[in-house]
Amino acid sequence: MRWLRKNLIVIIGLLVMAYILIPNIVVVVFSFNKPAGHYNYEWSQFSLDAWLDPCGAPGMCDALGLSLWIGIASATISTIMGTMAAFALGRYRFIGRSFTNLLVFFPMATPEVVMGASLLTLFISMGLESGQTTILIAHILFTVSFVITTVKARVASLDPALEQAAADLYATPAQTFWKVTFPLVAPGIGAGALLAFALSFDDYIVTNFNAGATTLTFPMFVWGASQRGTPVQINVIGTVMFLGAVAIVGIAQAIGARRRKVDA
Amino acid sequence: MALVVPVGRASRKRPARKRGTFTPLLLLAPAMLWLTIFFVIPTFSLASQSLQTGDIDNGFTLTWHFQTYADALSRYWPQFLRSLVFAGSATLITLLVGYPLAWFIAHRSGPFKTMLLVLVIAPFFTNFLIRTLAWITILTDNGPVTGFFRATGLINVLRWLGLVGNDTLLYSPFAVIAGLAYNFLPFMVLPLYTSLERMDMRLLDAAGDLYANGWQTFWKVIWPLSLPGVVSGTLLTFIPAAGDFINSKLLGNTQTTMIGQVIDAQFLRVLDYPMAAALSFILMATIIVMVGLYVRAAGTEELV
Repeated sequence: MRWLRKNLIVIIGLLVMAYILIPNIVVVVFSFNKPAGHYNYEWSQFSLDAWLDPCGAPGMCDALGLSLWIGIASATISTIMGTMAAFALGRYRFIGRSFTNLLVFFPMATPEVVMGASLLTLFISMGLESGQTTILIAHILFTVSFVITTVKARVASLDPALEQAAADLYATPAQTFWKVTFPLVAPGIGAGALLAFALSFDDYIVTNFNAGATTLTFPMFVWGASQRGTPVQINVIGTVMFLGAVAIVGIAQAIGARRRKVDA
Repeated sequence: MALVVPVGRASRKRPARKRGTFTPLLLLAPAMLWLTIFFVIPTFSLASQSLQTGDIDNGFTLTWHFQTYADALSRYWPQFLRSLVFAGSATLITLLVGYPLAWFIAHRSGPFKTMLLVLVIAPFFTNFLIRTLAWITILTDNGPVTGFFRATGLINVLRWLGLVGNDTLLYSPFAVIAGLAYNFLPFMVLPLYTSLERMDMRLLDAAGDLYANGWQTFWKVIWPLSLPGVVSGTLLTFIPAAGDFINSKLLGNTQTTMIGQVIDAQFLRVLDYPMAAALSFILMATIIVMVGLYVRAAGTEELV
């Protein structure tokens, strides 16, 4: 009984971890399935078919390529714009600063369907045809606020004494920025960029509003499949993404942990 | 130009440099232009759209037709209410299960801390539609989860609560809420973890020395200190959950339609743009008012 009381939190924690991970495990297991019907929801028999022919589902790999491209492009642009804005907001006080903070916050508080809908109204009235450009514009819009918030927190936590020390040691402002400030803020920028990519790569709701009739991203492909029949290849991609994510996030965490150790 | 004053102790000691004056404006320009053109202006055009009348073939004209808002509310109030209830329940569940998990990772996981954090964050990067589809497999009729709920009689409790219609878990309000809670759980755990991790554990010893029991220690020491994390976590969960329609469409039935689904259909299939715009505006206004009241009640502005 004492043991149970002492370790209750650990047991609950592990149960919640199971809640988080079981769907991912199902995705992995069902990538080895050979379903009897159109839907890959019930276990039938073990097969490597999907792994040996990952692009076997028509149109899937094109959609995946498009999503990767849009994810990288929008993450790059919103990271650059967001980092610049974060420095301004984290470093300076100016008239309209709290208004600017509010403007950054609002897109994060707006439900995706509202954002997708209002962008669509704008694009229609501008006469801009829906497609890759409109998706890219939309993705930069809903990722930039997250980048600003992430990087701003890092900028705000910087010790100003470090930059002053650099200046005392006759570093030019440019040298101070690139040799002192930037390396210290870099983890925040990296986290912001990763978050932006993940949000863009995963988005269905906003994208569906602004993609038009012929452009298909990976989440749109999965959505379509859920209505018509899910090819096993979807699970292969899901598995690769999960393992890739574990690897990337793991490496990022390990670097962060080592850095903290060195700091201490 | 006295518009700009650098922040921070060290920078104040620095001799005033002319260079700093315009810098923040230049740094802010690209992001703010983007937000203005693609967020502020569309919001106004959405507002205008909601007050127009007409149809897709003959075009819409601004007639200040406020009746659309009344129609929207009278026709779709059940979906609005349902969205708020579902999102609220999912938020409460994520808080209840996310809090112990965050505490466990922050203070009891020892050498596995990094690994557990990775496993909480990694699903962020795996397509959420694929993971939601996995719930169809998990909650399937002859699967172990449904079996467990039937064997323990929990399914009768759910039916009594109106969360399932009959003897099955899938395609029910229960499945939708479970899916929402699952999808947004990391958004709750991470802010909670951040605020619990930096808590000074000596405070707990101090509370114990002052004869506080476990419950008092939690309620008077731990909980107040974790409030910033609780507030960010609930906002990051509730806001997207209220507008979501993926879970209700994939895991629900025709009786679980949420407002996002209605807006999506009005815009993309029915093509009744004024109605869709009015619904969007009501949703946005509801959320902003609720968030405002909530943040004020919680007394923190950490997120903004």
